[in-house]
Amino acid sequence: MTQKQTPSQTIGPFFAYGLTPEQYGYNLTSIAAPEVAKKDQEGERIRIEGQIFDGEGTAVGDAMVEIWQADAAGRYPHSADSRGSNADFTGFGRVGTGTDPEQRFFFETIKPGAAGDGQAPHINVIVFMRGMLNHAYTRIYFSDEVEANAADPVLAGIPDDRRGTLIAKRDDSSAGPVYRFNIHMQGADETVFFDL
Amino acid sequence: MTDKLGFKSRDWNSHPAYLSPDYKSTALRSPTKPLVPLAQSLSEITGPVYGHESVGPLDADLTRNAAAAGEPLGERIIVTGRVLDEDGRALPNTLIEVWQANAAGRYVHAADQHDAPLDPNFFGGGRCATNAEGWYSFKTIKPGAYPWGNHLNAWRPNHIHFSLFGPSFATRLITQMYFPGDPLLDLDPIFLATPQAARGRLVADFSLEATEPGVALGYRFDIVLRGRNETPMEN
Ligand SMILES: [Fe+3]
Repeated sequence: MTQKQTPSQTIGPFFAYGLTPEQYGYNLTSIAAPEVAKKDQEGERIRIEGQIFDGEGTAVGDAMVEIWQADAAGRYPHSADSRGSNADFTGFGRVGTGTDPEQRFFFETIKPGAAGDGQAPHINVIVFMRGMLNHAYTRIYFSDEVEANAADPVLAGIPDDRRGTLIAKRDDSSAGPVYRFNIHMQGADETVFFDL
Repeated sequence: MTDKLGFKSRDWNSHPAYLSPDYKSTALRSPTKPLVPLAQSLSEITGPVYGHESVGPLDADLTRNAAAAGEPLGERIIVTGRVLDEDGRALPNTLIEVWQANAAGRYVHAADQHDAPLDPNFFGGGRCATNAEGWYSFKTIKPGAYPWGNHLNAWRPNHIHFSLFGPSFATRLITQMYFPGDPLLDLDPIFLATPQAARGRLVADFSLEATEPGVALGYRFDIVLRGRNETPMEN
């Protein structure tokens, strides 16, 4: 029997105690955290951080960001990926932008490998916030994957002047590699969001 | 990659537009450029796997999960329904996260400045998961309406926030459940941003069947996530 999709509604400003309780100090166990990979997870440990800017360039302090990624061998921990992944690796992270003084989001994870389907290594991203009635999908690609990015069919389909909004810049000046990825909802640097 | 793989598209006749001017916060927070079509690959047809193992013993009973010195105030309700896809297939063992205001219309969230009382015995966050036939259920307190700053004398209708993953990254959904007969629905820019024909899907039905005699009124709220494309994958 054909059913119709339940409409999306905004996450609103007050999600934190329900969806990111431990990060915000509420007394409920979180199902997911900004720390995606355990210490012994195989792969290169990386940090991803960035801000989300609204149409006036103000950093958004009440957004939630989720990421979904493959392991270092490019395998997704899900039954639709027949190669199977490390059962210990959830591949999923969730963080709110309301606990950092500069409204940054951050993830501690490992760099994903290429899935082997021609796409460059990337992390899948969903952005939610008050004032957004539908979540927005985007992707994080990596600035040091120059060759793989050049061959990536998704990046190839994006106009030259917007492609850079999907590429996180690697910074090796800290203790470990940091990729910076800012998200712009509007303006000249508006991030590419996907319909998928 | 092939666009036959994976899940049906988001139905933009069902979802609100990003830019919905009467909901003022959308003005600076909605993408202004068209979304870029993305053929689904493993990245989209896989997704986070959360089910019953993520639900603690009291997570589905918000009348007890924070009861410190007594029971929370307000009208006890049971919310139940099925999670299905567009083809009517039940989605088993999928996690639902919920959060809501208390009976007075006040959230536990530190940023909620509404001058209504907090309830020391009510938290407002909980979880449940669907069973093999796609049914879920949780017990809670009926949330109160609350004022917000969108326009002069703006009030949100009574609602419960829902977050679901479903079987893939593509099926992710965050929505709100409203209550039948609420006079604030016709005045709420968030509810009204939804295409008219789809609005009814956000409103629960009163259910005598789901009512627990002597304890709690029942409400039925079914949730439909994106279905699968029928074209089989080659090998
Ligand atoms: Fe709300």
